[in-house]
Amino acid sequence: MERIPILRMGEFLLVTIQVDMHDRLATVLQDDLANRISATRARGVLIDISALDMVDSFIARMFGDIAQMARVMDAETALVGMQPSVAITLAEMGVSLTGVRTALNVEKGMALLRAKMEEERADDHAPAE
Amino acid sequence: MITPRRSETLPVREASDILLVRQFVRECATELGFSVFDQTKLVTAASELGRNTLIHGGGGTMRLETFVENDRRGLRLTFEDKGPGIPDIEQAMSDGFTTKGGLGLGLGGSKRLVDEFEVVSRVGEGTRVTATRWT
Amino acid sequence: MATMKTRIPEVLERHEAEILSDWMKEQATALTQRPDLMKESELRKESTKFLKLFREALASNNLIDIQQSFWEPVREFIGEVSRSRAIQGFSPSETATFVLSLKQPLFTRLRKIHEGQPDYLFEDLWNVTVLLDKLGLYSVENFQKTREDVIGRQQKEMFELSTPVVELWQGILGLPIIGTLDSKRSQQVMETLLNRLAETQSEVAVIDITGVPVMDTSTAQHLLKTVTATRLMGADCIISGIRPQIAQTIVHLGVNLGDVTTKASMAGALAAAFKRMGLAVGPARRQSGETA
Repeated sequence: MERIPILRMGEFLLVTIQVDMHDRLATVLQDDLANRISATRARGVLIDISALDMVDSFIARMFGDIAQMARVMDAETALVGMQPSVAITLAEMGVSLTGVRTALNVEKGMALLRAKMEEERADDHAPAE
Repeated sequence: MITPRRSETLPVREASDILLVRQFVRECATELGFSVFDQTKLVTAASELGRNTLIHGGGGTMRLETFVENDRRGLRLTFEDKGPGIPDIEQAMSDGFTTKGGLGLGLGGSKRLVDEFEVVSRVGEGTRVTATRWT
Repeated sequence: MATMKTRIPEVLERHEAEILSDWMKEQATALTQRPDLMKESELRKESTKFLKLFREALASNNLIDIQQSFWEPVREFIGEVSRSRAIQGFSPSETATFVLSLKQPLFTRLRKIHEGQPDYLFEDLWNVTVLLDKLGLYSVENFQKTREDVIGRQQKEMFELSTPVVELWQGILGLPIIGTLDSKRSQQVMETLLNRLAETQSEVAVIDITGVPVMDTSTAQHLLKTVTATRLMGADCIISGIRPQIAQTIVHLGVNLGDVTTKASMAGALAAAFKRMGLAVGPARRQSGETA
């Protein structure tokens, strides 16, 4: 069955969603990402949804789950490129996707995640209180 | 004077049907002249309600109707199933999807995306949800 | 009285040219011909076409119900005429008079053709009156609808003008909201703002609410929804124009602004926006030896 491809870009994984997803495809993506993050020890995950013209509550919850799962594996996630009409619809429904970082595009998403990763490294090296 | 223009029924029996539902609603909404913002609201509501019909209703149908009333156009979606029904509709509406798994019906959310919304359900008999949006 | 077959079609067939010229005279008298808005030749063309369609529809012998399909070409034509009159700036009565002023020319010739038969004459006069009245009303309805459409479009344009999104700096948009923020308005604000954010790929939007007269729970909720949508896209909002009274109202209402940054002035908001973007503003330094 079809799968959404996951690209590796250095320490980032990039997922570009360009098809209308049915629930099973979304679940498979979640599993695939978990495996890839673990296999590559990726520190950042970028999910590009600039081609998605609809995100419903199931898909929104999936993004939240992915971010949570990634964090457990020490990776940060950014959801990038959400279309205005999708953002307004989610806001109208009452979805705020707390726990998921967002950025306007892939470039800004990478900058955001790098900054977060820098922060973490600084914390790790900070002298014990 | 409201003139009905179109009426079509689609099956909602498997996951792939939801994709067809989304596509069809998008097409019809575009044809009727809804803005892209309103189109997205309709498609999202259809996806939510379609999923409910599939997962909680055990499968059913979606009827799509279009109307012309003077200068505005309307699109109505009716999701129907013969499933277990919703015991407490008010509760289901407030759950939205903050409830994971279980109900998480997305009913409350969908309601906010349309102009008219109605739920009729009887335990053991089935559920019918009607959602309408006007330009 | 035996049911009479109307002789209106006959009258129209025999005396079309005369009726047209009489009708044009009636229209000129009733000031429906607005030489400032429409040329005489245009009006003549319209009148001629109407007579033709009118005569064809009468052939169906259905004089009562103009909703019937036989009358559709006539209705369509009247619809077109009224719509164009509305856009051209005619008044509703000037538009209706196009149809109504046809009565007199028809009456004159019906009197002749029904000479000696007052009952038949009465019936046909009645037929003409009812028919042309209905068509006249229909033209006014269409006129009104067109006027409403034009006003609707103008309102939309005004809305857009009153929700101008400006680029304060590269990556920083400014949106002063003027007027009450009701549900419909807040939808437009969100749509306009988010579209611009996407177009410019700006990260910060400064929403100034100095021009919003009332802060109540629903206004606050609309604002929060806007901030939520902005954040989902990957940008953020700073709300400026929070006067002391507004701040008090917000606390009173128990509205939770969460972690939304709010500032009293646009200047304060701009400074916060610069900070967020990692920009600093300072005095320009001049290199020694350089001329200004």
